[in-house]
Amino acid sequence: MDKSEIRVGGLGGQGVILCGMIIGKAASIYDGKHATLIQSFGPEARGSACSAQVSVADEPIGYPYVKNPDVLIVMSPDAYTQFAPQLRPGGVLLYENELIAVDDKLPAGVKAFGIPATRLAEELGRRLVLNIVMTGFFAGVTGLVSFEAAENAVKSSVPRGTEDLNLRAFRKGYEYGRELLAKAS
Amino acid sequence: MTLRGGRDGPPGDTEETLHADPKGVLTGIHFIDGDHAACEGALAAGCRFVAGYPITPSTEVVERFAARIPLVGGVFIQMEDEIASSIAILGGAWAGKKVMTVTSGPGLSLMMEHVGLAVITETPCVIVDVQRGGPSTGLPTLPAQADMMQAKWGSHGDYEIIALSPNSPQECFDLIVKAFNLAETYRVPVFFMMDEVVGHMTERVVIPAPEAIEIVERKWTQKKPGEYRVFQADDDMVPEMVKAGDGYRIHVTGLTHDDRGYPAMNPQAQDKLVTRLVNKIRANRDKLVDVREDGVEGADVVVVSFGITSRVAAAAVEAARHKGVKVGHLRLVITWPFPAKRIKELAGRAKAFVVPELNMGQMVLEVERAVAGKAAVISVPHAGGTVHEPETILTRIMEAAQ
Repeated sequence: MDKSEIRVGGLGGQGVILCGMIIGKAASIYDGKHATLIQSFGPEARGSACSAQVSVADEPIGYPYVKNPDVLIVMSPDAYTQFAPQLRPGGVLLYENELIAVDDKLPAGVKAFGIPATRLAEELGRRLVLNIVMTGFFAGVTGLVSFEAAENAVKSSVPRGTEDLNLRAFRKGYEYGRELLAKAS
Repeated sequence: MTLRGGRDGPPGDTEETLHADPKGVLTGIHFIDGDHAACEGALAAGCRFVAGYPITPSTEVVERFAARIPLVGGVFIQMEDEIASSIAILGGAWAGKKVMTVTSGPGLSLMMEHVGLAVITETPCVIVDVQRGGPSTGLPTLPAQADMMQAKWGSHGDYEIIALSPNSPQECFDLIVKAFNLAETYRVPVFFMMDEVVGHMTERVVIPAPEAIEIVERKWTQKKPGEYRVFQADDDMVPEMVKAGDGYRIHVTGLTHDDRGYPAMNPQAQDKLVTRLVNKIRANRDKLVDVREDGVEGADVVVVSFGITSRVAAAAVEAARHKGVKVGHLRLVITWPFPAKRIKELAGRAKAFVVPELNMGQMVLEVERAVAGKAAVISVPHAGGTVHEPETILTRIMEAAQ
């Protein structure tokens, strides 16, 4: 069974769970695949370590947890330190490159792609949409969810009245990812 | 309670929403977690009264119900505690509503007195338990399946209940509808035994159109006041029901009672009542049993599991098959009553049963009882806090196959 496992890590309040939610929704509702999202967070409303685990597959998913993700999306240095060693060798690291410094301890063959998501979000007008920039970046680099599916998932998941801003954030991240990918190949 | 009222016709003839009211059914495809799906299932089943005291990891169920119910028509009350919640729903049912309360282990312990009251007063209700690690407050945010025996035996006296164990958000929707249907059919408390993983796991949930959802209505009496006896059972051992305000004189008590509901504290009345309360479930065991089987015929080893553990066990079963072991998987969808007959049949053919569960060995006792020495029974306990490693279950399957 072809299954892709994704972990999203960051701080409570950064929109980590929503990022995982949009990826899962895009895959399972709009791309017609199967997706399972598991979330874990601390008791604090803001600032605690927070992560989402998403499995995407063509077949129904049994075991729901992600142990060695194929793709790791990180938005905080702590999440990077905690989760980067678990990446599957040859996997993909997507990181916020003005918050996180990548060291040389990554598992063998990991391809790392950085994006200044916070700055890009600020340029769009609201720092808050950094998670949507990261979601677009994920779609652009990995192609694990289609552009249309992810756009639909963003539209139906964000608060009403913020769709335009979030879609701009999504496209920004997506295009940044596509360009980076083109340069890398 | 003694009721007087001005209505003439039977109480079935009302505007009450006990069916799949389009207002309550969120038809469509959703990406939601098990807690939210259970709430939607309850609404689709016609539940219009919930009393609860929020507790992790079940809070999202009542949170959603509280937000949705003003739009649908119905009542949610956040009570002062679980004791109050569990008694409030019994009142709600006798007022004519389909009812539910939602909790986790510590709350379930407090509700036990009213489980017995629901049993003896034959009050249809659904009790959702999103299981977390115990004993006591234990692990609020982490899973377990350690309330299985409490659901079966937690209140005092002899009785039978029904319990279901969903393993996905979709099943949280589908099976809670079934839970409400069974509560109405048999007039017993029905336990909906979720766990933290299933509750907080998000997947696609397809909610059908209202007309495609099978709903069991309450068994209202067609008898006139004066002809009706509140606990007089039909051939199916289940009495017909009325509701408060419909002009019937009824007496509903936790004391042993006769057909009229009046206290009758003697061995004959006790024998008649308790025998019926127990037999209305036991006589229907074969009809109630719901297991999902995968390759159990001809298997040397049968894995028996339920809830979230069934998804972990399925991974282990798959891995064992790759290693050439003839292994089957039997999942309990209805955990109570236990499918003893089916396990007994398989025990003559399979040489071992492997029973993983997120507790120190509860349902395995039922498997042992049914197997009765005809095969090896291997418990794979886990204290909770997370799920098994599939490899742990695989190791035990491989040992069992030796």
